[in-house]
This record gives sequence, structure tokens and C-alpha cells, in this order.
Amino acid sequence: MATATPAPKVNHIGLPILDYRGGKSTLCAGCGHNAISERIIDALFEMGIEPERVMKMSGIGCSSKSPAYFLSRAHAFNGVHGRMPAISSGAVLANHTMTTIGVSGDGDTASIGMGQFVHLMRRNLPMIYIIEDNGVYGLTKGQFSATADLGSRLKTGVVNDLPAIDICALAIQLGATFVGRSFSGDKKQLLSMLKAALAHKGTVMLDVISPCVTFNDHEGSTKSYKFMQENDEPINEIGFVASFDDIEVDYDSGEIYEVEMHDGSNLRLRKLLEDYDPADKANAVRTLMEAHENDEILTGVFYINTEQPTFIDLLNVVDEPLATLPESMTRPPKSALDALMAALK
Amino acid sequence: MATGNPALEEAQGAANSRQRVINDFSINIATVNGSGSQSANSVLLKSIFGMGVPVSGKNLFPSNIAGQPTWFLIRACKDGYVARKRDSEILVALNPDTALDDVQALPAGGAAIYEENLKLDQARTDVFCYPVPFDKITASICPEVKLRKLVKNMVYVGVVAQLLTIDLGVVESCLQRQFAKKQKVFDLNFGAVKAGFDYARQNLTKRDPFFIERMNKTAGKIIIDGNAACGMGAVFAGVTVVAWYPITPSTSVVEATSDLLNKLRVTPEGKATFAVVQAEDELAAIGMVLGAGWAGARAMTSTSGPGLSLMTEFCGLGYYAEIPGVIIDVQRVGPSTGMPTRTQQADLLSVAFLSHGDTKHPILLPGSVKECFELTQAAFDLAERLQTPVFVLTDLDLGMNNWISEPFDYPAKPLDRGKVLTAEDLDRLGHFARYRDVDGDAVGWRTLPGTRHPKAAYFTRGSGHNDAANYTEDPDEYQAVMDRLALKFETMRNLLPAPVMVRNSSSKIGFLAFGSTDCALAESLDQIKKRYGMDADYLRIRAWPFAPAIHEFVAAHERVYVVEQNRDAQLASLLKLDLPAAHAARLRSILHYNGMPVDAESITGQFVLQEGL
Repeated sequence: MATATPAPKVNHIGLPILDYRGGKSTLCAGCGHNAISERIIDALFEMGIEPERVMKMSGIGCSSKSPAYFLSRAHAFNGVHGRMPAISSGAVLANHTMTTIGVSGDGDTASIGMGQFVHLMRRNLPMIYIIEDNGVYGLTKGQFSATADLGSRLKTGVVNDLPAIDICALAIQLGATFVGRSFSGDKKQLLSMLKAALAHKGTVMLDVISPCVTFNDHEGSTKSYKFMQENDEPINEIGFVASFDDIEVDYDSGEIYEVEMHDGSNLRLRKLLEDYDPADKANAVRTLMEAHENDEILTGVFYINTEQPTFIDLLNVVDEPLATLPESMTRPPKSALDALMAALK
Repeated sequence: MATGNPALEEAQGAANSRQRVINDFSINIATVNGSGSQSANSVLLKSIFGMGVPVSGKNLFPSNIAGQPTWFLIRACKDGYVARKRDSEILVALNPDTALDDVQALPAGGAAIYEENLKLDQARTDVFCYPVPFDKITASICPEVKLRKLVKNMVYVGVVAQLLTIDLGVVESCLQRQFAKKQKVFDLNFGAVKAGFDYARQNLTKRDPFFIERMNKTAGKIIIDGNAACGMGAVFAGVTVVAWYPITPSTSVVEATSDLLNKLRVTPEGKATFAVVQAEDELAAIGMVLGAGWAGARAMTSTSGPGLSLMTEFCGLGYYAEIPGVIIDVQRVGPSTGMPTRTQQADLLSVAFLSHGDTKHPILLPGSVKECFELTQAAFDLAERLQTPVFVLTDLDLGMNNWISEPFDYPAKPLDRGKVLTAEDLDRLGHFARYRDVDGDAVGWRTLPGTRHPKAAYFTRGSGHNDAANYTEDPDEYQAVMDRLALKFETMRNLLPAPVMVRNSSSKIGFLAFGSTDCALAESLDQIKKRYGMDADYLRIRAWPFAPAIHEFVAAHERVYVVEQNRDAQLASLLKLDLPAAHAARLRSILHYNGMPVDAESITGQFVLQEGL
């Protein structure tokens, strides 16, 4: 007698994980970016985000291809190099009711896209900005990017003699309200971080170290799997309890930094670095700077601020998407034009 | 009074024998920028308008905040010509640095009003001189030293009003409008006007022949600049997202838009039905426009030459990914920084093909402030109907100067939001392919992000794609999309604003022009008729790609003069790409590109030379 196929597991809005999948990846086998796509799928599924209510944004580069590999049921915009922030800003202004996930790379962000990145962070635009950070340009075959660490070595033997831009320290200084770093190989940490990111209202900037197996996974690289496995220093352990989860956890409040998120979820950061306060901007930046001096790669949630108004709050726009407002709300009546004309006579 | 100067005596004789020059002259007001002369100039202009006399103003200003020479030209013209007049008959000299040059530029028999210590009567004996102690008059009515620089300008308005016989009551009501609800400011300014007026009445003897007399040619008309008109057009087109970066001379487009949005587009709950974002640069501005257009908003930016250059890559993306957006380009003098506060029509070719790769953009070309209003609105409908960036090209002269116009008409048709599929449509259809030409007009259907249907999503990309919006490097698939885009461009010829036949007398000679050249060309054609008895036809172009009527016009004329304000004959070049070789050979160019708004005499002069008249 045949056994019945078990019903596929569904999330709290009744969708199976299949509904969150994307197209087949064309990136290299073992590329960290693929693991990140998997975690994005898991996070969206576990958070029960409706796939059609997501906008996937990207620039140019290996990283920027990856929105094709998750969530096929969401609209996507693969724009031009370094300009994902502007396109995302426009899309969010047009429809701020969407969940917006941008995927960029270290070249797309920290070099060609730095100008736009800076201003997106400043505006606290509600979106998740993920940098798939491997320290090299993949599509053009392995040149250093601006996040490559001082002294790291290319396969060809070329040594990087310029200091790395710490994109997390920068984002904190600029005004992003949720800033963290993770590693594509750390399933648990990355998934928790992504889930918390989905619960946040404001700019989330996640720098995810994502080894390039073809051009930057060798001895002498500081963005290789081996290097990360040996040097990853989490500053906190991330526990996330979604608003729809009914879980009671006992914990020692002295060890845990608890944040109530915008959607009612709870983010619990277990302190691994002594006295680390993720609400303290100056300390966060100092900690990151000191880690550079000590050649440590810190991961975790470095900074979180749930109070700061977003750019949408500041613009004071209507609750409905601007994109689909009816004509009655967007074209003023004839009397308005008549009054303007009378004033010009 | 005998002056010993024949020109002056002749002019004075004309005044005495009542051969006055009425409502047909130009006033050049020479000041220092940053001195606050703008509102005085505006009051004088509006006072002449208030006398019922057609009038136009041209602000010739430097790219500088304060301390550099600036000139404001006011032309009063009973026949309604509003182009710049090459020579001004009356000078108001308030800038010591340029006063000598300015007075030398007057024609014999002209009139100069000047600060008395400039002693311009020593420089020219053949013009009527009116020395005025502006500083003394100002000091007597304005105890506050800080305000004197501003108030002094209003004194000249009073002097000019008295000399030209402009009703003081008309000036007063213009001032009341200008300073509505600011009684103190009004009192101070009108006090200055009156002081100037009284001084002139008591101390100056009118000898020049220039007079403003009441007419009835401005009743019902409005005065507005093209940038404000574009802003108004955007608001009545239901714009929802505006992203921009400040740049002269386009800045006031967004300032006007933003002011009106804040007045007219706030809900009773106090929420905005719009977002205006000052971006970090023009790259971001156009990126935001495309992001917003993609997500379904009516989005626009406005810019000028250098900003346009920065937008190049994004405009190619907009074309290839087929995203609606409106870009207003208020042209200034290039290349590079060029002369930012001077006018030109020299962005036409670069806008037409703005991008790398095979790219062609539709361009709308308003020729008046009314068309700034109408064509900006049309641009939003066309952008969504055609799913592509649409450019509106104006220029500094049209955009920043005041023009008289018929009042604008309220839009007759509802907004055209183009081809958008809803979730219900998708239920009925089962699926859709974003770039498939299902209607035979080369425009596919799109869905907006957020459409709650499992088949709604598609992947937008600037990389090679097929009609289902999937990535491709397949030669046939790539080419099919490019061919459809070319076909889409062809269909626009009949959809964009049609050219206007301004003059049609079945002449062998034709004229083609666009934009702010119109007013000078219309005047020039009258000059040609009057002086040489020659008729010429004139078709005004209002869009690229060119409508079939433009081809027919060239086919129907032996010689076609293309008049434009750039060095390289850009409109003629675009026409030559479009016309059969035999017809392209009929084109001749009349060009004006020194940064000053084109004037009728310059066009007439070049025409006469080329025709060998």
C-alpha cells in the first residue's frame, strides 16, 4: 500500500516555500551569493511575506544578478551599475506599501555607487540593502574592490595597498537605522538577521561577506571561506521572535539587549562582546574601527534605532501608494486653474 | 530747446509735432545683480501690461549672485511682437560700471535716465538726458540705510512712469498685487515710486518722443514664465513623484511645481499626494524618476545641459526597459558649463539620441508659455501610453522670462495612464508577456509591482531581454525587441503634438523653426513682407520624431529655411536624417547662437543675404 504524500509545509499565510523560489542560479557553484539567496527565501517564507508585495532591486555585477534566483513572484528591477539606490528610492516613493529588498555588491556599492549609497542611508528610506561582499569584481575577472582589506592578496599575487572601506561603520555614521554584518556561510545568524530586517521600518544595511570561489577564495584572501571560518567574531547572538510566534523564552536580562520591532516582533541580541550597546552609535563605529586595527572581522547587529522617522514619514505622504492614486486626488479641479489664471491677469 | 544736434532736434521735433513714438519701443534697465531690481523691473513690466499694451521682458543676467552687471529689457509693442528687440531706445542706467557702454548703445534720439553723478550727458549729445539724484531721493524717503539699495529701484519705476505717461494708479495696483498682505512693504515701495514720479514731474522736462498710451490689447491675458507654466502643467497632469537637482535655468520649474503641489495637493487630513525629492545629483534624480515610473507613479525631473549629460546612461535604460518618465530640459548655452544664464537651443541632437547604443527619444517642443503648460501635460500621457522617457525641451528665454499669453485651458481629456494590467485582467488572460506586441502598436502591456496575482511579476533589466522580459543573448530575440522599439518610434509620428502651420500663402519659400524662436521669426516674416514684398510660409515644429506634415511641407517648397538657436544646425541635421535626399537638399540654415534670445532683425538679415535681396 502506497503511503500518502505528506502535505507540503506552509507558512502562516498558507504558502509553501516553493512559492518563494526563484530561477536557477547562473552563478559559480559554491558562490556565497547563492547561499544568501537561499536565506532570503527562508526569511521571506518564515516571515510570511506575500511574494507579490515585494520589490527586488539590484545594480550590476554578480551580486546584482541574484534577485533572479529568489522570489520569482515578485517584480524585479536590475538597473545600472551603482544606481540601485536611486531606482529603489523612486520605487519606494511610488509605492511605500511594499517590502523592498535591494541586492548590491561591494563594487556596485563602495566604488561606482558610493554617492547614491551615502544618500540612501542618510534618508533612512524604508528598504533592506544587502551587500554581497566578496572584495573583488567577479564579472571582469577578479580586480580588487574598495572593501578588500589592506594587505590581502589576489590570485595573481597582487597585494592590496589601500585601506578597506568599512561599509557598516559608514552606514551607521550616515544614518541607516539597522546595520549588521554576517557571513554567507553562517546560516543561523544570517537568517535571524534577515528576519529582523524584514520587521524593521527604515533603512537596513547588511554587509554579508560572501566568498568568491573563483577569484577570492585562496590563501592570502581575507574574504575566503577559510578566513571567515577562522576569524569571524560575532559581537552578539541574534534571536528573533516574530510577532505571530507564540514563544516564551526565559533569559537573563543582563545578557540580552531586547528590541521591540515596528511590526511587534522581538529582536533579542545576546551580548558576546562585553557591554556592547547596539543603540550607541559612537561606540558602534569605534568598535568597528578597533576591530580593523586588530584584524578581526566582527559580525552581528552593530546598530539599531527603531525611533528614527523614515524618509516616507518625513515626506508625510498619504497611506495609499502614490502610484495608483485616482485622478480625483492627483489632478486639481478646474476652479483651481481658474484661480491661478485670475491671479496672473 | 535747440541742442545743436540734428538727430536730437529731429526726434524732439517729432515729439513736439505730436509724431510721438507710442507703445513701440524697448527699455534697457542696467543694474547690478543682487541689488533687488527684479521686483521693480517686474512692476514696470506689469504696469505697461496694465495699460493694455503688449509687453515682454528679458532678463539678461550673469552667472553670479551679487555685484555683476545685469540688464532687463522691457519691450512695449502695440503690434504684439514679443521677441527681443536688438536696440533699446530708452536706458535706465543704475550701474556705474556699465553706464558708459550702455549709453553708447542707445540710438540717436534715444533717452537716458541715470543717476545724476554719472554725467552721461557728457558722453552723448544726441540722446535725451534725464539726470536723477536717485540716492538723494531714496535717502529722503527711506530712513533705514539697509533698505535703500532695494527701494532705489522703485524710485526709477516712478521716474519712468512719469516720463512715459504710465498711470500712477496702474503702478499702484501692480504693487498691491506684488506685495499682497504686506502693507508696510507696499507703503515703503509705493512711497519710493511716488517720490520718483514727483521728482520727474517737478524737475524733468519731457523732450523725448516715447509714450505709453492706454490700449486694450492685454485684456483677459496673463503674464507668466515658461518654467512656472511647465510646473503648472505637471501639477494638472497629476504628477506624483518629482526628483531633481538644482541647476540654472531649470530650478524654477521644480520650485513652481513644489509650490503648487503644496497648495493644491494636500488632503483634508494634511497628507501629501506627492513627493518632491531634491536628489544628490542628476544621476539620482533620473534614477528616482525611472524607479517611480516603473512602480506606476507619474514621475518627472527637470534639468539643463550638464544635468542632462549626467542622465545619459539612465535614459538609455529607460528607453530599453521601456519605463515612463518626463524630463524637462530648459536649455542653456553649452558645451560644458558654457554660459549658464544665457539661452540657446543646442541640446536637441544630444537629447534625441541620449544614451549609448541605438536609442531614440521622443521630444516635445513648446513654442510658448501656453504650450509649456499643455505639452508638459501631454508628456505625462505620452510617457505612460508609449512606456518611454519623454523629453520636453524649452530654453532659458522661454523658461525664465515673462511672456503674455492667453489664459491656460483646463485639460479636456482625463489622464491617459496607458496599458496596465490588473489582477482581474490577469485572471482573465491567464498570463502575460511584458514586451509582446499584442495590439500591433509596438507597445506591450505592463503590470505594476504590488499587483496581487502570481503571474503579475516580471523582471525588468537593462541587459538583453526577450518579449517575456527574460534574459537573453539570442541574436534573434535581441533583434526582435530592437526592431519593435524602432517600430514604436515610428508610430509616434502621428501621436505626438502636430506641427502648427503659422503662415501659409503657397509661397515657394518655407520656414521651419521650434520653441522660443517662434516670436522672432513671426516678426521677421512680417519685416520681409513689408520691406521686400515677399511672402514666405512657416511651419512650427512641435515634436520629434517628425510628423508626416513636416515632410509634406518640405516637399511643397523650393527652399526651406530652418531657423534655430545653435551653431550646428541641429534641427536641420535631424531633418536631413529623416528626409529623402532630394528634399534634404532644399534646407538652408539661419542660425543664432551668441547666447542672446534671437531677434527678428538677425533672422531677416541672414535671409536677405542668402536670398541675395
